[in-house]
Amino acid sequence: MTSPASEHVADRVVSVGADLLAQAVEDQAAPVSRVDWRPPLPGTEDDLATVALDPLRPDANAQALARMLAVQAVLVDVLPAHEAIGLERGEFLHAGPPITWEDASGPLRGALMGGAVLEGLVDTPEEAVALLEGGLHVRLEPCHHRRAVGPMAGVVTPSMWMFVLEDPATGARTHCTLNEGLGKVLRYGAYSPEVLTRLHWMNDVLGPLLQRAVRASEPVDVTAILGQMLQMGDEAHNRNRAGTLMFLRDLGPALVESGGDISDVAEALRFVGGNDHFFLNLAMPACKLALDAARDVPGSTMVVAMSRNGTDFGIQVSGAGDEWFTGPAQVADGLYLGDFGPEDANPDIGDSAITETAGLGGFAMATAPAIVRFVGGSVPDALATTRRMQEITLGENPRWSVPVLEFAGVPSGIDVTKVCRTGILPQINTGMAGRVAGVGQVGAGLVNPPEEIFPQALTRLAELTRARAR
Amino acid sequence: MTSSTSDHVEIRTGVYADSVTLLQVSRRIQELPGVNAAQVAMATPLNVEVLERMRFVIPADATVNHLVVAIRLDGDGDLDVVRAEVDRALTERRGQASGPTEDAPPRTTTAALRREPGSLVLVSVPGPSAAVEAMDALESGSDVMVFSDNVPVEQEVALKRYAAGRDLLVMGPDCGTAVVGGLGLGFANVVPPGPVGIVAASGTGCQQVLALLDHGGVGVTTAYGVGGRDLSAEVGGLATRTALARLDADPGVELAVLISKPPADEVAGELTAYTGSLGTPVLLALLGAGRPDLTAATEDLLRALGRDVPTWPVRGETRTATGTRLHGLFVGGTMKQEAAVLVTAAGVPPERAELIDFGDDEYTIGRAHPMIDPSLRLERLAEVAADETTGVVLMDVVLGHGAEEDPAASLAPAIDGIRPPVVITVVGTAHDPQGLDRQVDALVAAGAEVHLSNAHATRRALEILGGSR
Repeated sequence: MTSPASEHVADRVVSVGADLLAQAVEDQAAPVSRVDWRPPLPGTEDDLATVALDPLRPDANAQALARMLAVQAVLVDVLPAHEAIGLERGEFLHAGPPITWEDASGPLRGALMGGAVLEGLVDTPEEAVALLEGGLHVRLEPCHHRRAVGPMAGVVTPSMWMFVLEDPATGARTHCTLNEGLGKVLRYGAYSPEVLTRLHWMNDVLGPLLQRAVRASEPVDVTAILGQMLQMGDEAHNRNRAGTLMFLRDLGPALVESGGDISDVAEALRFVGGNDHFFLNLAMPACKLALDAARDVPGSTMVVAMSRNGTDFGIQVSGAGDEWFTGPAQVADGLYLGDFGPEDANPDIGDSAITETAGLGGFAMATAPAIVRFVGGSVPDALATTRRMQEITLGENPRWSVPVLEFAGVPSGIDVTKVCRTGILPQINTGMAGRVAGVGQVGAGLVNPPEEIFPQALTRLAELTRARAR
Repeated sequence: MTSSTSDHVEIRTGVYADSVTLLQVSRRIQELPGVNAAQVAMATPLNVEVLERMRFVIPADATVNHLVVAIRLDGDGDLDVVRAEVDRALTERRGQASGPTEDAPPRTTTAALRREPGSLVLVSVPGPSAAVEAMDALESGSDVMVFSDNVPVEQEVALKRYAAGRDLLVMGPDCGTAVVGGLGLGFANVVPPGPVGIVAASGTGCQQVLALLDHGGVGVTTAYGVGGRDLSAEVGGLATRTALARLDADPGVELAVLISKPPADEVAGELTAYTGSLGTPVLLALLGAGRPDLTAATEDLLRALGRDVPTWPVRGETRTATGTRLHGLFVGGTMKQEAAVLVTAAGVPPERAELIDFGDDEYTIGRAHPMIDPSLRLERLAEVAADETTGVVLMDVVLGHGAEEDPAASLAPAIDGIRPPVVITVVGTAHDPQGLDRQVDALVAAGAEVHLSNAHATRRALEILGGSR
């Protein structure tokens, strides 16, 4: 039914384009809101129009976003990778889009070398180089291809224990290893004896203890903890302090009652409590679980994964299946530990940008004043960052709200078309690994994806749109 | 490192700062003259390791609750200066942010509508980007007027298909004029509210009817532009139907008028059936050979409303013609088309009439519309004025919101004293910001004959031309 013309009073106007026309409306005493329009990324006009006018797109994006927001992630188990995801001897998972040993960066190589020693494939990291170069008895695969995510190098080997997260409504699962702490750790490419000793302890003591505790207690609602963390100053990527402590609170009693050796329990509590990033490895698979639900909606322009392997930065898009759109990973702009400097830093690495993909991390910067200085210094900048991300996202997540922004939900569902239109790139908070295998962490800071991967993805979406129209 | 460096390590208690702040402090200290290396950090195991790797000696009793200030000075470094800077860096608060403000303007139409839901959207970005912004408006449930031209017709069809059935209206593309709830959009004349509703596939055609109706004492509350292609076979009148349906549903509209080029044959039949199904009478003002011109159509409108048809104003007297060619220099596309129909009907051979629409795409690439920037038309005017063969110059001046502030200011001096007679249509109302009378006065004073009706002006120009034959 058509409404009468008299109901369409133009009492407010949004003007995009020539200011003269906005001015003409203002001259009639009608309020005008001006769009700060700028030309889209070069060469994207036709594809943008094609995708914008795809009849599937509006509903497809609404559906993808709704599916993502409906997911609840609960911690249901802790299992070695070979049990959790069927990882076989000689198989290595890594962060980011697919990559070969030849193209792998220092930290990824270091982590793979350490992983080979951990699995007993070789006796020393040095021998691992020959094994991995040969490639005959090893297989590299992205975590994302096995329903998993890994921070930094993201290397997973069969004996490593993994958190198992599940959406009770669908039974869908995702996985992530246990966080090793900061400094010299495998995920930053370090493989010294102390790194391997810690990993063995995690396999032998921490993993089994956590398994018993998780199985004995109420499932830990990771999605709900994420909601609480955001109100406590964590953005769940570079700050996970409140989340880690809430996790300890929820699981502590069951850990104590797990029947494990009391000194092992104490060591586990000390280890988890002393590692502010422990919860990151729960936040990441929770985000992946939500985003996996948004995959494969034909016509949707929503990004479902952002990920880096230390060489390439890749994204996957709901409406473009499992295809990766990749470009060179950038070096983060940030602050360095000790006397490390930009020349020591490896390009961006890790699956942890899954948090930004889900609206956390850099997207939730406004809620984490304790670390806003990564954004360039000030609280207003942090607020501006979160608001800027609203420009490139499909909606907000009502479960994850930011008090200082009047409890607005975090900006959720990165829209490839909006990135191409505005040139605003997703803001990612990240740690920086040393360029050289074995060094470990050198700093932390801010990074963006390479711009060109968004037009790449847009081109593919436009091709698919045109194919459907034929 | 030279042997002249000296290390200073102090442990402070009761001080805490987050690691990011401390990394910034450290960097600031490292940059001071005379500082070889420096690190200010909480004594966490990781930081102690880092400090020891830098070969600082850290007391064994330092814990995570202690702040370590470790400074290595070159021989000429002044420890007091450096320590003072550490204190300052640790205590000073950052001032007001100079970075991006919280209220950065929206970058897309979607973002703007998130802040101002329900707004009508006016799109005038370059054609290749217009459909994208227009789609933002429709998805957010807003009507949109697309002023931009150069929008491919298949994009227009896609936009209008989306809008149809959602009670949304796409005005345009290439829609120059609309009046929505009394508010003029694009190039629009100021008219009082009234009983006539307009649907126009032509911007200046709409403005001519608005101006004539205003002179006849009839106001217009709603004039929807639908874009010049809406009644083509490709678009099929999608926006015209929605626009007519809205006027039909509005009890304030007594009579609707559709201003357009004749629709495509297949659209004409459907449209006639559709207008017949409406409760509100719809008068068709279709431009073309053998059809009533806009002035005649407006006269029909006034009669249908039971109003008197006024005498259309003419002011000024012009010179007699000496040349034989008619030069029509227009800023309004429909003004030019209407004149062309009349010129052809009068039997003027094509070589004796040159009609140019300076608003046509070929004249507006890389420059503003001639209603805003008159320079191109003024250049051509000077050429034809100097041409011996020019018999008469026919022009239009379009007033209203969006148009040039004072078009007569540049046009009057350009016609003053030229040899050929000049006939001008001034399309405007008494309420237009430029002042109708002031514009007409200036042009009359410069020697032009000024009409309100473009059809009458064209006939007068033909008459002047005929007198020279």
